[in-house]
Amino acid sequence: MRPFVFERPTNISAAVALVSSFADGRAPTQADVQFIAGGTNLADYMKLGVARPRRLVDLNDLSEPALRQIRISDGTIRFGALVRMGEAADRGDVKRHCPLLAESLKFAASAQIRNMASLAGNVLQRTRCEYFRETSWPCNKRVPGSGCAAMEGLNRQHAVLGTSDACIATYHGDFAQALIALDAVVDVEGRHGTRQIRFAKLHQLPGDTPDVETDLAADEVITAINVPFSEWSRRSRYLKIRDRESYAFALASAAVALDMDGDTVRQARIALGGVATVPWRARLAEEALVGKRLDQSAAETAADAAFAEAKPRRHNEFKVPLGKRTLVRALIETRDMKV
Amino acid sequence: MRINGQVYNLGLDNRTSLLDALRDHVGLTGTKKGCDHGQCGACTVLIDGKRVLSCLSFAVMNEGREVTTVEGLASADDSLHPMQQAFIDNDAFQCGYCTPGQIMSAIGCISEGHAGSEDDIREYMSGNLCRCAAYPNIVAAILQARDEMRRA
Ligand SMILES: Cc1cc2nc3c(=O)[nH]c(=O)nc-3n(C[C@H](O)[C@H](O)[C@H](O)COP(=O)(O)OP(=O)(O)OC[C@H]3O[C@@H](n4cnc5c(N)ncnc54)[C@H](O)[C@@H]3O)c2cc1C
Ligand code: SF4
Ligand code: FES
Ligand code: FES
Repeated sequence: MRPFVFERPTNISAAVALVSSFADGRAPTQADVQFIAGGTNLADYMKLGVARPRRLVDLNDLSEPALRQIRISDGTIRFGALVRMGEAADRGDVKRHCPLLAESLKFAASAQIRNMASLAGNVLQRTRCEYFRETSWPCNKRVPGSGCAAMEGLNRQHAVLGTSDACIATYHGDFAQALIALDAVVDVEGRHGTRQIRFAKLHQLPGDTPDVETDLAADEVITAINVPFSEWSRRSRYLKIRDRESYAFALASAAVALDMDGDTVRQARIALGGVATVPWRARLAEEALVGKRLDQSAAETAADAAFAEAKPRRHNEFKVPLGKRTLVRALIETRDMKV
Repeated sequence: MRINGQVYNLGLDNRTSLLDALRDHVGLTGTKKGCDHGQCGACTVLIDGKRVLSCLSFAVMNEGREVTTVEGLASADDSLHPMQQAFIDNDAFQCGYCTPGQIMSAIGCISEGHAGSEDDIREYMSGNLCRCAAYPNIVAAILQARDEMRRA
């Protein structure tokens, strides 16, 4: 592991100052500096030699109380960036207003990891592509221009939606699917002040530059995640299908929230995990449901629309039928929820 | 940091994981290294009472915190923690390599209130793998210890 300088600032502006001062006026990069929260993603990648920051800025001593609070008011749940996954998953009011949010956290990782991992770190977790993790392989995300070993390699875990000729790595996070479905907004603070980013704009499609994963600059710290909710977001759930029943990433998952008028869909929110390169809002599937009676055949039509553009490779063809069945089941189960 | 109630002043390279600090620098080898990448749970310890993976935490991030390892469970007169006793009573291990992590995680599982049913225990203990597949006996041990810890 590359040696690094370790910093432990005690407020947000000190943290931002630390990442700004480092770069002699030029914009800092992730090789200069990275924040660390739970460390469950970053420490792993530093050990593997994939992440090589020269300076590590620990966020755990930041004293602003809001960073550790979950506040619910006026139809918005505001999650402080340092709230741990386990705490958010266990919160009664979150479960009540938006079961989808709590379930996406409860079925992620393990209890130990959920005690460590922060919500901001969770949404920024990097792919588990085996060739990205092992530095001896060509990988355009790790070393731009070096090629992609997954294209013709073992690509069972890889994405079928949002892929490019440069990269087919899956975005594995679960919580992000709930956030994109509910139109969350992220609060950010950096050397140029504060701003808000729509969650749907936070992650970037791989395109020709799979090394650029988010819209965040290296000096920008996420301070909160805001999730608008309505009466109808009580009718929502997260269905996750994986190789073993617990402590595994999704092969396919579906985040669903339904605004129903009797049997008819007024509005649907759908996101898909385990199958795409970024958190994936399935707008075509949503549109296919609006104004329809939600029965098995309407659900199947929506699922077909969600995967119409899918581009499977040699070992991940199964993700198309699996992803469709996962969405159909999630839609029917959400319709049948007693709320 | 405080480890099992005792203060340690350690001068460590920033790159040292909490797991390596415990095993190689403090000499507490009860905490085991399985995968070293967050995938097995063998390295589970409590930090400020919460179960976490020591392999994914840099030691330096834990300055000022309270760490409890399996060595810190038995009381001063060497009588075992109810969870340790329950693992023995229920034959909840074979090779024993995963056991310190299982025991620390099980204590966390109970204190978090996630040991209400056998299904809950299985779900909330899924972060601890056992190559010997002693799982049914581990669940039985946790049920026994849970009831004793509630009485205590
Ligand atoms: C074995 C294993 C299984 C897992 N299974 C799942 C699963 O099923 N589902 C799932 O969703 N996840 C899973 N995970 C991933 C896990 O949830 C993430 O590693 C974790 O949520 C990351 O959070 P953290 O606080 O530890 O992040 P860190 O590792 O501390 O940071 C991750 C990244 O975010 C950046 N960062 C952190 N906080 C901020 C901030 N406030 N502002 C700006 N940047 C920030 C860091 O610089 C770093 O780049 C698993 C992980 C492991 C090891
Ligand atoms: S899929 Fe992406 S992350 Fe994986 S090897 Fe190819 S370029 Fe790298
Ligand atoms: S050694 Fe830490 S989880 Fe395996
Ligand atoms: S007892 Fe052997 S690994 Fe669990």
